[in-house]
Amino acid sequence: MNLFFQQIINGLTLGSIYGLVALGLTLVYGILHIPNFAHGALYMVGAFMSYFLMMDLGVHYWVAMAGSAAIVAILAVLCERLVFHPLRNSPPIHDKIAAIGILLFLEALVQMFWGADFRRLSSPFTGILNFDGLIIPEQRLLIIVGAFVLVAALQLFLRKTMIGATIIAMAQSRDGAFLVGIDANRVAMMTFAISGVLAAIAATLYAPINLVYPAMGHLVIMKAFVIIILGGMGSIPGAIAGGMIIGFAEAFGGFYISTAYKDIIAFGLLVVILSVRPQGLFAKGAH
Amino acid sequence: MFKFGSFLMTPMAKYLMLAFALVFPLLAKNEYQVYVMASAFVWAIAVYGLNIITGFCGQLNLAHGGFFAIGAYTLGLLSSDYGWSFWPAFVAALVMTAGLGFLVGVVSLRLKEHYFAIFTLCVGFIIYLLMDKWEELTHGPIGVRDIAAPYGFGLVDFTNTVPFYYLVLAFLVFAIWFMGRLSRSLLGRTFIAIRNGDELAESLGINLMRNKILAFVLSTTYAGLAGALYAGMVRFIGPEEANINHTFDMITYLLVGGIGTITGPLLGTVGIVWITQSLQFLEEYRMIIFGPLLVLLVIFFPRGITGSFLGWMHHKRQQPQATAKRQASKATAATEVESNA
Repeated sequence: MNLFFQQIINGLTLGSIYGLVALGLTLVYGILHIPNFAHGALYMVGAFMSYFLMMDLGVHYWVAMAGSAAIVAILAVLCERLVFHPLRNSPPIHDKIAAIGILLFLEALVQMFWGADFRRLSSPFTGILNFDGLIIPEQRLLIIVGAFVLVAALQLFLRKTMIGATIIAMAQSRDGAFLVGIDANRVAMMTFAISGVLAAIAATLYAPINLVYPAMGHLVIMKAFVIIILGGMGSIPGAIAGGMIIGFAEAFGGFYISTAYKDIIAFGLLVVILSVRPQGLFAKGAH
Repeated sequence: MFKFGSFLMTPMAKYLMLAFALVFPLLAKNEYQVYVMASAFVWAIAVYGLNIITGFCGQLNLAHGGFFAIGAYTLGLLSSDYGWSFWPAFVAALVMTAGLGFLVGVVSLRLKEHYFAIFTLCVGFIIYLLMDKWEELTHGPIGVRDIAAPYGFGLVDFTNTVPFYYLVLAFLVFAIWFMGRLSRSLLGRTFIAIRNGDELAESLGINLMRNKILAFVLSTTYAGLAGALYAGMVRFIGPEEANINHTFDMITYLLVGGIGTITGPLLGTVGIVWITQSLQFLEEYRMIIFGPLLVLLVIFFPRGITGSFLGWMHHKRQQPQATAKRQASKATAATEVESNA
């Protein structure tokens, strides 16, 4: 029973992280129809920025998280301005290749400064909570609660504020948004900034129980893509639900089936689902 | 007047390039340079494969490096674990990549654009994970050793670098020749029609699925061919051959050379391999240059070296005609001349 409960906690933790990363990806896709392959690199840069701020500048975990979120948000906006904006009228294949270019550049840059070694980010939350035999490490609890708070805040922002409404409007209908005078550039920059913040926070939350290294974004970004395909590209609830599905599949699959193959589970799931339903699980129209 | 630009358009330029490739081992300072050239040719073959599905057919295949690795592993495992000799294992590698390419193609090509790119990204990663984790079959991270070298039926010894160079060159020439034939054939034009607009192509009576699968199988077979040659050349392979970075490298080569052109993949691959070789210190950090290069290319020169050159030549050739036309009828609107150019 206890082991089973552990797997639920693991699934929730993984699902929260994947959900946050997928959320940024799906927002950008919904607005600009770009599959941003560089999103994993933003996630990785987020972890390294927190590492840098904590280890080299000695700031507190929370400050490091905020700093890293700000830096990655600026980086994401720069990507949009310098790369995706000039390419907005190009064939879709160009966006993808440009995104890969950004990914390669950021990875090489980080590797130049920090090397390819595995690093560990320490967190002030190292304790373990014991609820009558049910054990939860503090950091995992923080991840789950943090993700929940962030998603709730994002929902409030999108539904209740004017700026958030412009993002939703743009995702629903580009032309309609233009007709009512929404500034496409501002919305695009805003969306990239939000996706950067989500990626950086997810990376900073997850880094203490995982490792920090230049290639750390690869697996996460690929799983995030799997998630947004499952959940329907551009759908916010889909990204969260998809994140949880993959998180739980991995936690339970890794425990009950095989640890070595747990990373394959997500991709195997994608292959099976896309073979049966090429438009994804929750997508409305056929693509 | 001798014009360098138009000279490059003649078949003569092709034969000069071939002649240069043939005498290259004599010009090279040492055997290492011949080895580098041979490996550049191997990669070029794989890039030609990528050019079929991505350049002609317009589908960004991110599993290409995975198929390259499958070709290498098929040859490696058959020759080291099962004692096959090189050429039968070589043929098996081609059959294997074509067969797996067909299976993957049947599933993945139902998806369009982004979905296809993401799906193949995942397929490439599954291939990598299987090579890394399925130790009973692939030896896992240790890799495959003692891979057979190609035997020359008693005539030549391909374990030496120079004969192997000519072997690779022969395959490369065949690959380019086939590519040229393909691009001028009805099939090649069908692929291009699919790239330019699949709905229009379908309405013209083109069977999308069948043609896309054909393009995909052709491209994976190219990758398998290159992978098998690679295994025969380095004689030691590991899961890293399937690393996604190899696919990204190939996309860079293709894009720099000119996507959807005949000479582009060769120029891009050989050019970049030599640039990286001469900047050895860059090996680890080459992506700091190539990453932004990739971005700048798609923004400013999406057609690469060859494509931009062809466009320039085309423009120049149209110029005299346009001037003549302007003189013939002064009344012709400027916009019309513009649209002819």
